Amino acid sequence: MSEISRTDVEHLAKLAHISMTEAELEKMAGELAVIVDSVRSVSEAVSGEVPATSHPLPLTNVFREDEVGHVFTAEQSLLNAPDAEAGRFKVPAILDEE
Amino acid sequence: MTETLTDAEPLSYEQALEHFDPVLGFEVHVELNTKTKMFSSAPNAFGDEPNTNVNEVCLGLPGTLPVVNGKAVEYAVMLGLALNCQIAERCRFARKQYFYPDTPKNWQTSQYDEPIAFDGYLDIELDDGEVFRVEIERAHMEEDAGKLTHAGTSGRIQGADYSLVDYNRSGIPLVEIVTKPIVGAGARAPELARAYVSAVRDIVKGLGISDAKMERGNVRCDANVSMMPKGTTTFGTRSETKNVNSMRAVEHAVTYEMRRHAGILAAGGTIVQETRHWQEGSRTTSSGRPKSDADDYRYFPEPDLVPIVTTAAWVEELRAQLPEPPAERRRRLLAAWGFSEQEFRDVVAAGLLDEIEETVASGVAPSVARKWWMGEISRLANARDLEPAALGVQPATIAELNALIEQGRINDKIARQVLEHVIAGEGAPEEIVSARGLEVVSDDDGALTAAVEKAMAENPDVVEKIAGGKLKAIGALIGPVMKETRGQADAGAVRKIVLTKLGIEE
Repeated sequence: MSEISRTDVEHLAKLAHISMTEAELEKMAGELAVIVDSVRSVSEAVSGEVPATSHPLPLTNVFREDEVGHVFTAEQSLLNAPDAEAGRFKVPAILDEE
Repeated sequence: MTETLTDAEPLSYEQALEHFDPVLGFEVHVELNTKTKMFSSAPNAFGDEPNTNVNEVCLGLPGTLPVVNGKAVEYAVMLGLALNCQIAERCRFARKQYFYPDTPKNWQTSQYDEPIAFDGYLDIELDDGEVFRVEIERAHMEEDAGKLTHAGTSGRIQGADYSLVDYNRSGIPLVEIVTKPIVGAGARAPELARAYVSAVRDIVKGLGISDAKMERGNVRCDANVSMMPKGTTTFGTRSETKNVNSMRAVEHAVTYEMRRHAGILAAGGTIVQETRHWQEGSRTTSSGRPKSDADDYRYFPEPDLVPIVTTAAWVEELRAQLPEPPAERRRRLLAAWGFSEQEFRDVVAAGLLDEIEETVASGVAPSVARKWWMGEISRLANARDLEPAALGVQPATIAELNALIEQGRINDKIARQVLEHVIAGEGAPEEIVSARGLEVVSDDDGALTAAVEKAMAENPDVVEKIAGGKLKAIGALIGPVMKETRGQADAGAVRKIVLTKLGIEE
């Protein structure tokens, strides 16, 4: 059984900008441990000689030619923007970095 | 509990080096000059209206898929080779995850455990010719972020009311070059820092893979500095000064951080591991954000992109296309131009090799080209606190000015004035000379002869000397003639008239 602590979940929730209650943190710690164990069971099905992969497709080097395609107008770019000013997306002040 | 001391008066540079040795590290980001972005076909261009060089991929809209720009991979391999790196036979992209409005997907597509190039080095030539080897840890591909503008009374992030985002830069291909820790530079650390960034810029410019303009952010440097007590070998805590965007700022930022760290350590304090911001005005750095949770990026392999495989044949094909390395080019030009070693090093330090080479290629003698760039143009740039190459003077302009002088249509002094008018945007030298009537006073209408006669009449003692054979005394007549002609007389022509008047043959 994997160990996923309440503190681990709290840390991940903070990084992911998800607010969670105490009860949810406890519950999720248990559930995540089960998920990790389930995923781990895959390694029991393959021998140690099978190389790890990050991609299921047997493809490499899928490249695009360096040719300019379509672009949006500023109006189109900003269609989903909650707020905009001077052709730019307007966002709340960011305090912790330049 | 006593509070930890994290701030103190910086030591002088000499004091800092008396007690501590600097350790440096650089992360240089190079924007590639491909036509399109790293993962989408939106144009990679500078200076357009905000949010017009974007498509659904650059804006990170849900359901969109990135596709790798093959040209950018080719450029990254070329850069890796020029940095004497190993090229990975197989590598992949990874997601670097953080929330920040300049990155709309909430992750930056980068490379993490498998960079395309690694284990290289660059031999950096310092101002006096000493060579210092900088080891390269890795060079990896990634994408640029959008550009934030902070709105508010201060115009800076502190105290901003809100921020505005332009995603035109989002997704522009970058190669990030990371050095291994650099030890042993001692008092020359700031100079090495400048020379290193300059060498990287020269390489990417020479390869033609980047516009390499620091003032536009095509080449950006994050400088890591730490200090360790002399005689020890354990690295101290480092600070990372972000986005230092000129050669001289790199030098100054490293100098300041060395002094600041030494001041805190000497006072028994502790260095906070943090991001620092370079303040050009005061030539200091200010505290940014501490390294914390925000640096827990939870990298994982990018599932939307397949791995990149390089074959030895392809890598060798690219290696064969590499231009002459900058260091070899310098040796060749030194021999071709016949400058002294010192003169040549000054040119290199001023970053004017390209400009002088192009000026010479336009038909100007090397010594004349050097005089212009190292003299008048550098002086004008200095007065504006710019690098000479950033002043915008074209080699063709210098060739044109020089031709005007050689044709006797303007003199040196007027040529310098014309150059100032060129910089002010008044047009080409030829246009300025005619528009402003700066051509030397010709003697077609006897105006020059009249001015010479007047000067001779007012300086009979000088005339006597010349008549007595002291031809050098003619110099004393040039001044009054220049005054009379508002500086637009040709000294050679004046001399000729004086000699003719006195019946002297040379």
